[in-house]
Amino acid sequence: MDLFLLEAIINGILLGGVLALLALGLNLIFGVIDVVWIAYADIVMCGMYVLYYLYAQFGVPLPIAFLVAIVSMAAMGVLVHVLIIAPVLESAPINQLLATGGLLFFLQSFATLLFGTEFKNIGVRLPILEVADIYISFSRLLAFGIGLVGAVVLYVFLKRTYIGTAIRAIAQDRDIIGLMGVDQRKIYLVTSAIGGALAGLAACLLALQYDVHPYIGNQFGPVIFMICVLGGLGNMIGGFIASFIISMIIAIGGYYSNTELAYVFAFAFFIVLMFVRPRGLFSR
Amino acid sequence: MSINRIIPVAGIAVLLLVLPFVIPSYFMHLVIQILIFAFIYTAWALMGRFGFVSFGHGAFMGIGAYVPALLWNYYNVTPWLGIPLAVVLSALLGVVIGYPCFRLKVVGHYFALVTLALSQVVLLSLTAARDITGGSLGLTIRTVGHSWYALQFPEKIYFYGIAIVVWLIGLYAWQRVDHGISREALEAISEGEDAAAAVGINVLREKLRVTIISAALTALGGAIYGQYFMYLNPETVSGIAVSLQIVFAVIAGGLYSLMGPTVGAIITLSLTEGLRVFFGTHFIGAANTIYGILLVLCIIFLPQGIVGKLQGITLRRRGPAKPVAAPQ
Repeated sequence: MDLFLLEAIINGILLGGVLALLALGLNLIFGVIDVVWIAYADIVMCGMYVLYYLYAQFGVPLPIAFLVAIVSMAAMGVLVHVLIIAPVLESAPINQLLATGGLLFFLQSFATLLFGTEFKNIGVRLPILEVADIYISFSRLLAFGIGLVGAVVLYVFLKRTYIGTAIRAIAQDRDIIGLMGVDQRKIYLVTSAIGGALAGLAACLLALQYDVHPYIGNQFGPVIFMICVLGGLGNMIGGFIASFIISMIIAIGGYYSNTELAYVFAFAFFIVLMFVRPRGLFSR
Repeated sequence: MSINRIIPVAGIAVLLLVLPFVIPSYFMHLVIQILIFAFIYTAWALMGRFGFVSFGHGAFMGIGAYVPALLWNYYNVTPWLGIPLAVVLSALLGVVIGYPCFRLKVVGHYFALVTLALSQVVLLSLTAARDITGGSLGLTIRTVGHSWYALQFPEKIYFYGIAIVVWLIGLYAWQRVDHGISREALEAISEGEDAAAAVGINVLREKLRVTIISAALTALGGAIYGQYFMYLNPETVSGIAVSLQIVFAVIAGGLYSLMGPTVGAIITLSLTEGLRVFFGTHFIGAANTIYGILLVLCIIFLPQGIVGKLQGITLRRRGPAKPVAAPQ
């Protein structure tokens, strides 16, 4: 096989790890709260700025900067829920979608106002590994590995803890759960915090590979929604698999043409698949 | 037409006739923009009001803007041919995406996100074909000065006239749908597809018809936008940002009333323009920051839009309020 193609495929798998992490957060929020956060990728952008300022500007050690970025994005998730989602919980789904769309406008322009439109890099240079003539970026490998670990930790949390069980229960039946003595609002807050933390974790991993700028969310946002819908909104395992399908299309498409067309292939593939499986690939 | 309706209609007509003689050129520019976008917003609301929330209208607008411009720039084809072609293409795309969606009952979030993917496809295709379209650097329409053949007019008054005509076309289409039998059918569909089908409504045909009208009119709006501005950029005529902008303006103005989208255009464009002038270029992003906050507040506190809210107040004063169809 062509060596460059192989390299593209490996990079595709590695990209899938980060996308899977993002899809996981979005799916969790959708499954539990039944709201699509259109601005999810822009929360990632905020996390990347936090990391950039802490590490590159103020010289905070990287692990601490990572931790602060994750925790502050978890706090932001809670804030988004309390300020924006909670008031529209009873509204029509379209209004909920639009409320987070307003947040998207706000975050992108506020970031432009605060930080300007320049591309900023945190300046961590990780080595590039060479395995049998194939070049693999270590930052991508790291992102992939941590993404997988994050997914497993979340899975264990949902399966093994009381709150995790309550979260899964609420995703199955919203109305009855109150009768079981579960405080719905508390679960919503915890879910939003986890969703925010996952965005923060993704921000840390993406900051190693990409420059941060106010509109970086537009680069990932639509792809993540597509992955979630493809896997079945709210279906975490479906979203996880769909991440790798889409990232593979993007990687291989990019190898044969250019990046934009690769995304066009991915979106077109998505639209066609929606007609074959309208409720997502893995709908029951 | 009752006297209650003649007065506002006559008032708007007189205002539109007098406006070009009294306001300076810059405000003419703003009014023309408002009229063109009011038309596009009205076209979107044709679908949106029945719960088919499309995030894909950026795709139709992009096709409408780029097809005539490319044909003119490369093949000297007059926009008088290019624009109808763009409208037809856009309507076809509406069918290609709409038919399977409606057939397979892709609704709600799924419909919104499928259409979002559609507008991303158009945006990325326009960017990727940078040899022809100029990519993200944009495309300037070749100018020839004052020409009916090229549909180019340096004087604003011509486009003022054209913008009023398309705006009226939009309102007319809205009225036709609003007063036709389709409206009852579509409202029934938006409240429950299976129930609507059970009482003998051809769900697929009704949805498809309104989608085709909406897509075609949006393309026309995009084409007029392109001819007026003479500069196109993939980001400003298609993609997620434009699609969201359309949805927001309509929600802000009011989804369920004839003048709602127009009011939405007036509010959002005056606001962006006003904030831009107020903040100048020193604070890039300040205007949109405030805009974003207002959008969120608007959706939380005024979900039925400004016109809807006003109507609600007057209706309550006159007697029991007419039930408004709940959005899907």
